[in-house]
Amino acid sequence: MSTVATKDETPARGSTSHARELNGWWFAKLAVMAVINAGLLYAVYSSFMVEEWWILAVTVVLLVVVNWVYFSKRMVPAKYLLPGVIFLLVYQVFTMGYTAYIAFTNYGSENTISRDQAIEQILRTGDVRVEGAVDLPLKVVRNEAGELGFAVVVDDTVEAGTADEPLDTVDGATIDDRGAPQEVPGWQILSLAEVLEVQGEVTALRVPFSDDPEDGWVRTQTGAVGFQSSPRFSYDEAADTFTDVTTDAVYTPNDRGFFESQDGTRLTPGWPVTIGFENFQRMLTDSRISSALLQAGAWTFAFAFLSVATTFFLGLFLAMTFNHPAVRGRKLIRSLLILPYAFPGFLAALVWKGMLNNPYGFINSTILGGADIPWLTEEWLARFSIIAVNLWLGFPYMFLIATGALQAIPGDVYEAAKIDGAKPFRVFRSITLPLLMISVAPLLIASFSFNFNNFNLIYFVTEGGPNIPGHPLALGETDILISVVYKVAVVAGTKQYGLAAAMSILIFVIVGLVSWLGFRQTRKLEEVL
Amino acid sequence: MRRSIMIAAAAGLTLALAACQSGGGTDTETTTDGESTGEETSEPAASGTLTIWADELRAEPLTEVAAQFESETGVTVEIVQKNFDDIRPEFLAQAPTGEGPDVIVGAHDWTGELVTAGVVAPVDLGVRSEEFVDVAVNAFNYEGSNYGVPYGIENIALVRNDGLTDVAPATWDEMIAAGEAAGVQYPVLLQQGDGGDAYHMYPFQTSFGAPVFATDESGAYVPELALGGEAGTAFAEWLAANGAAGTGALQTAVTADIAKEAFANGESAFIVTGPWNISAFTDAGLEVSVLPIPAAGSETATPFVGVQGFFVNATSENQLLANSFLLDYVATDEVQTALYTSGGRIPALTSASDAVSADDPIVAGFAAAGEVGVPMPTLPQMGAVWEFWGTTQADIIAGDASDPAAAWQTMVENIQGAIG
Repeated sequence: MSTVATKDETPARGSTSHARELNGWWFAKLAVMAVINAGLLYAVYSSFMVEEWWILAVTVVLLVVVNWVYFSKRMVPAKYLLPGVIFLLVYQVFTMGYTAYIAFTNYGSENTISRDQAIEQILRTGDVRVEGAVDLPLKVVRNEAGELGFAVVVDDTVEAGTADEPLDTVDGATIDDRGAPQEVPGWQILSLAEVLEVQGEVTALRVPFSDDPEDGWVRTQTGAVGFQSSPRFSYDEAADTFTDVTTDAVYTPNDRGFFESQDGTRLTPGWPVTIGFENFQRMLTDSRISSALLQAGAWTFAFAFLSVATTFFLGLFLAMTFNHPAVRGRKLIRSLLILPYAFPGFLAALVWKGMLNNPYGFINSTILGGADIPWLTEEWLARFSIIAVNLWLGFPYMFLIATGALQAIPGDVYEAAKIDGAKPFRVFRSITLPLLMISVAPLLIASFSFNFNNFNLIYFVTEGGPNIPGHPLALGETDILISVVYKVAVVAGTKQYGLAAAMSILIFVIVGLVSWLGFRQTRKLEEVL
Repeated sequence: MRRSIMIAAAAGLTLALAACQSGGGTDTETTTDGESTGEETSEPAASGTLTIWADELRAEPLTEVAAQFESETGVTVEIVQKNFDDIRPEFLAQAPTGEGPDVIVGAHDWTGELVTAGVVAPVDLGVRSEEFVDVAVNAFNYEGSNYGVPYGIENIALVRNDGLTDVAPATWDEMIAAGEAAGVQYPVLLQQGDGGDAYHMYPFQTSFGAPVFATDESGAYVPELALGGEAGTAFAEWLAANGAAGTGALQTAVTADIAKEAFANGESAFIVTGPWNISAFTDAGLEVSVLPIPAAGSETATPFVGVQGFFVNATSENQLLANSFLLDYVATDEVQTALYTSGGRIPALTSASDAVSADDPIVAGFAAAGEVGVPMPTLPQMGAVWEFWGTTQADIIAGDASDPAAAWQTMVENIQGAIG
């Protein structure tokens, strides 16, 4: 039906648009759009159910925009741009924005759950069994008004109550052979299925044990056994304070996301709060962190630079060698050289770690016949090993791009050089390298940025080791900035995600700056043409 | 033209909705299934899914009890197998969002971190706490509340290769002498690695009288470091004396894997290890005995006792189900024995523990070695200790720290700096 309408309406321009023509493509597009709409609608539904209003808003906007763009026949450029823009927003802008936001909070070990969850948790953990209280066989019941309550057996009599009515003896009630209430006149006993339907309410229900609030209340964890417990804290919603019922100490929320009493006692857990530039300040003022960042930063620059330089020059050398027509079996050799590139990097790193072990590794025990060389446990050898392993992992990539770029350099410039009487080294320095750099330099910058954050290699080969004896943050000699972030903010005892995010931003700024400078230089290279 | 857009969009939407109903249905079915049947029929078919994260050794015995729970209550139990070391960080990340599992398998020393993060709910064992071994119940206690249902206890002990020696050493020196007399490569195997292994080293450290944290009158740990001082210095010097620059009995090159393999190959008469490695040794055809750990200093060598158990997610909507599964189904002799059979840890229920140690001298040996043990601290501060502790020990053993006493003192200061 729809297709008839479209054909009739647009005789002039419609023939070129898939949106308007009844053919296989149109149905293919419809099918794809159906799948995308299904996914988005499900996301709308799910985010509505869990009350994530931001995600809901974003998905609704996406739903409208996607359908508008792809079913309209006008927005041709948008049809091409939209997927890229969406992925940019989701994977780049959102991630960076969220990291930046976390950097300004104290999100971490004791501040992970939301404020409401924290209040609930403090109430829950303070609600402990009255000393010496026995287990009470229990049934979950409803009274005539439909309110949930408990019927329990206390000293062989059945008592029942709700949140508002304290437990009171029920006349005519019977007890089954397990000692639990069997018949409770005036109350309806819930079946297991009915209990599970309202299990959240059942575990939250507190039935006063008697008219005296000092006696506490009865609660249940399983729906079959109850016990008398009394709360340690009471929460005043209006004043937003906790009161310790035994000492009358008042806990008020502080600016660190905790409830705190006058004498400085904090209730855990807390919740994340924004703390301004504190995480950034800590990087500068906490001498343990700032000196670690400086030391690791110097090594990170050296590591990234040497990794790029060694892999590039080895790759280039091999590419030039096997680009020479006189070399036999070039194709086979080239394929073999690319092999390290085909291994999963982390696996290769682990294998290298094993091979470099002293004294059990293959290199020391077999190749060097039982030599005692501390490849990974001596400071400078460990640094050398890291760069050597990265050379093995990285040169095939450089070999590939150099081979491609070399073949793109026109032969006549070499001929001209030959006629001018240039020696091979002069040809390399004045012709090959500058022409190569035009196409390869951006890739070198990218490679630098990648190695700057090459966490996998460091962690799989040395784990940052060897240890720096007595280092105040337990760091190692080969830790690069990103592994310092991981060790300081994630591995070491208390988790400090806020600090980790702030440090990541610092790294981002460094890498961004270096890349920007690098790309600016590259533009100058193009002037040789 | 406008109409065509609307019609096409409507067609797309209709298809999408249809896909939702058929495709998305399976997703929602599992969660709402019980509710609807519960309303429609009078049969007490219960609702919901209980999700449990367990490691590979725990997953299988739990599957059996889960099937029983399913048939008796009608609730679906989903057991997700995870690497044990991934459970804690992933749970900490997911629980606050309300998306985590209802129950996790864990170790008691996670308690402090999980409680201060607010992601686990207290579990009241009530009168049932008397049915458990004391150390198991105390281990999950944090500031007066219990947070776990224990199922297994583990500690390290001295394992002897009966084919090489029959000495039951009371001191480190006796052990080294007997180990050397056996005429094999290593006098003793004590796993270390480049990052050290403070857990396996702890009994020797305590034999010098240097526990990691001080304890109050009730025996509970307080966040006050006790591993420094003269006792700590004596231990550090002992490490150096047995390290690369000394006798060489301790080696950082001996990692867990190397130690296990070397002992299985008969290259040492003694190894300090836990019950998890015993099957590898008996499979290799060794006759082994389990002995208490000999003291290196003048006091008793007290290993850490670790208790394994189940935690309940504080943000779970299935707390009632989770508690009844743990208290009524998991805390039983049959399940605890099944967990012992697959994982080798001594059951936490006294009756199950007595039953298995009565007919297994290995279990009885580990239980005897653990009698003098102390529970691993549950303080959240403990997380900051391990890294410094292990690496400093490794540095002293390897000889990288030339002055052991100073290195130990620096470590104490650094830990103090990290725990604030």
